[in-house]
Amino acid sequence: MKRHLISAADLTRDDAVLILDTAEELARLSDRPIKKLPTLRGRTVVTLFFEDSTRTRISFEAAAKRLSADVINFSAKGSSVSKGESLKDTAQTLEAMGADAVIIRHGASGAPYRLATSGWIDAAVINAGDGTHQHPTQALLDAFTVRRRLLGPDGGLGRDLSGRRITITGDILHSRVARSNVDLLSTLGAEVTLVGPPTLFPVGAEGWPCEISYDLDAVLPKSDAVMMLRVQRERMGGAFFPTEREYARRYGLDGARMARMPAHAVVMHPGPMNRGMEITAEVADSPRCTAVEQVTAGVSVRMAVLYLLLGGAQPPAGQTPAAEPRGARPRTEENH
Amino acid sequence: MSKTLIRGARVLGGAPQEVLIENGVVTALGTVAEAGGATVIEAAGRILLPGLVDLHTHLREPGREDSETVRTGTRAAARGGYTAVHAMANTFPVADTAGVVEQVWRLGREAGYCDVQPVGAVTVGLEGKQLAELGAMHDSAAGVTVFSDDGKCVDDAVIMRRALEYVKAFDGVIAQHAQEPRLTEGAQMNEGTVSAELGLAGWPAVAEESVIARDVLLAAHVGSRVHICHLSTAGSVEIVRWAKSRGMPVTAEVTPHHLLLTDELVRSYDPVYKVNPPLRTEADVRALREALADGTIDVVATDHAPHPQEDKDCEWAAAAMGMLGLETALSVVQHAMVDTGLLDWAGVAERMSFRPARIGRLTGQGRPVAVGEPANLVLWDPDHRAPVEPAGFASRSRNTPYRGRELPGRVTHTLLRGRATVADGALTDAPADTPADGARA
Ligand SMILES: [Zn+2]
Repeated sequence: MKRHLISAADLTRDDAVLILDTAEELARLSDRPIKKLPTLRGRTVVTLFFEDSTRTRISFEAAAKRLSADVINFSAKGSSVSKGESLKDTAQTLEAMGADAVIIRHGASGAPYRLATSGWIDAAVINAGDGTHQHPTQALLDAFTVRRRLLGPDGGLGRDLSGRRITITGDILHSRVARSNVDLLSTLGAEVTLVGPPTLFPVGAEGWPCEISYDLDAVLPKSDAVMMLRVQRERMGGAFFPTEREYARRYGLDGARMARMPAHAVVMHPGPMNRGMEITAEVADSPRCTAVEQVTAGVSVRMAVLYLLLGGAQPPAGQTPAAEPRGARPRTEENH
Repeated sequence: MSKTLIRGARVLGGAPQEVLIENGVVTALGTVAEAGGATVIEAAGRILLPGLVDLHTHLREPGREDSETVRTGTRAAARGGYTAVHAMANTFPVADTAGVVEQVWRLGREAGYCDVQPVGAVTVGLEGKQLAELGAMHDSAAGVTVFSDDGKCVDDAVIMRRALEYVKAFDGVIAQHAQEPRLTEGAQMNEGTVSAELGLAGWPAVAEESVIARDVLLAAHVGSRVHICHLSTAGSVEIVRWAKSRGMPVTAEVTPHHLLLTDELVRSYDPVYKVNPPLRTEADVRALREALADGTIDVVATDHAPHPQEDKDCEWAAAAMGMLGLETALSVVQHAMVDTGLLDWAGVAERMSFRPARIGRLTGQGRPVAVGEPANLVLWDPDHRAPVEPAGFASRSRNTPYRGRELPGRVTHTLLRGRATVADGALTDAPADTPADGARA
């Protein structure tokens, strides 16, 4: 694996399978009474969020803490992109604090890449979502979830998603989740189809390693998993679609549409959901919907990423909580 | 009486000749028998070109002296082989009155490194709503004939039509920054496969092409001259080619960077590659080179756009658009056009000196290298090879996209009416002379 995790496209098939397998092993930890591993004791992990996303931040924070890292939460919201040099200044501040890893969420596409390549900082950089570019750990947790559902927690180990058909529906144009998933799922051998109104596809998507369709009903019967992306109501202002109602009618997932999916197929959603827009309550609350499992998977996958980037390349087999000295020292995470 | 003899230079790339300059004027060409007391410049192996003329320079003064001043910008111009630059109007305050254009013009004379021909804004405050006092700017000491809201597009069709019509009274020209504003709201880079992948908002080619199509038709309709700034797409080339084939009164420019760089560079997310119009694709670069070679595109113009470090040392979306151009333009043109066999040196002189001067109606610049002509000249060593080192730039800014890139050629001398502004590759600090009254007759 590379030193940073900026884009899902940076991962090879073997990298990705290693992360998913590691996450499976770490997930088993959650079932034990003591959930912590000593792996990252003494290492400092910073969450640097220029955009609000409590869900993503606490997921990373939980992951880092379960690996015994010191966690510093740095909320830079308000340091908007218009403030020019703030990214550089902040990076140098974190460097001075001795950060070993920086988990960055930023509204500007490319900000994590800049952070990793500008020479401003030595720490490993993990992209927690940048603009409309990438959100690689979201793609990893999606892949983890779908592999578990389709192949089983044990059955999936060591395996990719060859031949599985995964449909992603919604606002592709503005979605870092879609971009990351196209990259990762295709690397893992899945056949990806993107669905949405033509206005919500970027010009240039024709070359992506996936199919493009404007007809959800035609794709559903051929899907092993259907991922519904959040569609922001504000997009109507840009004339991307006429009305909410029309969007929901053509691209929303309701019970009738779900019935067209194969019996084994699952419904995924990265959250937060717009009930009544891209997904109805009936579908969101059905046992076929994996939204809650995806949240749980997020912690395991982020632990795996931190573990592999900072802790070493070996899977954590054999390294159990028992290996942690008794009378564990007090937790030392700071909250700034 | 000053006297300079240039020995062994290849005039416009031809056979080596001697050139005698007396009192700022070329007085002999060929074999000079008698040159007693002349300062001799040994120029064997060098190309002699007419002093370059830039139609599109941002000197930033007044208002953004942290990025460039008339003095630093014209020193950069001299280092690049330029003897005249057109200073764009998007300053603070905007150059939309006779007072501001005269100030810029006077600062140019005081600096003395290069003639500064101010460009006037088309509309008040570049706001696209009300015509600026174009006639007053033309009648001022600055003698403005080129008008542009560059940085912004004159997107209102009626305002554009009126501006084109109005400047006919004094043979002016409207230089259009062609960018349909609604199609480019928030645009960050060329719209295509790279923008789709990088998640940066796209600047589609059609936003440029649709405005050019409208404006060539408008110019033809009202019988006035339109000049298209920084053509960047293959489609724009096709439209201008079509317009010219119909005899429509259009001229066009291309920047050095659009002749060389593509949007693949944006994958680095390094804002040094952020520019407006954006870097396009390989196919566009090819079309632009061919169009410059066949005359569809008339001139190379730098769109020299200095920015301070803090405006580039940040995330892409927060960064300013624009790149330096004056000090590397001729190197890029040699690399992209001459070394590839698309243009000879006479063709370079045509596109970087004669035609831009003609479009701007400058009479004392862009003249042939001939007896009786003003000695605005540049000596170019085409065999020089070195990586671009911005630390050595005369510009106040450093935002060059060529840092570390090996480019051919080097200016050894620039002569402004016979006086060296650059000698042996270095800027002179000779006191400014006063331009022979007006760059324009
Ligand atoms: Zn412009």
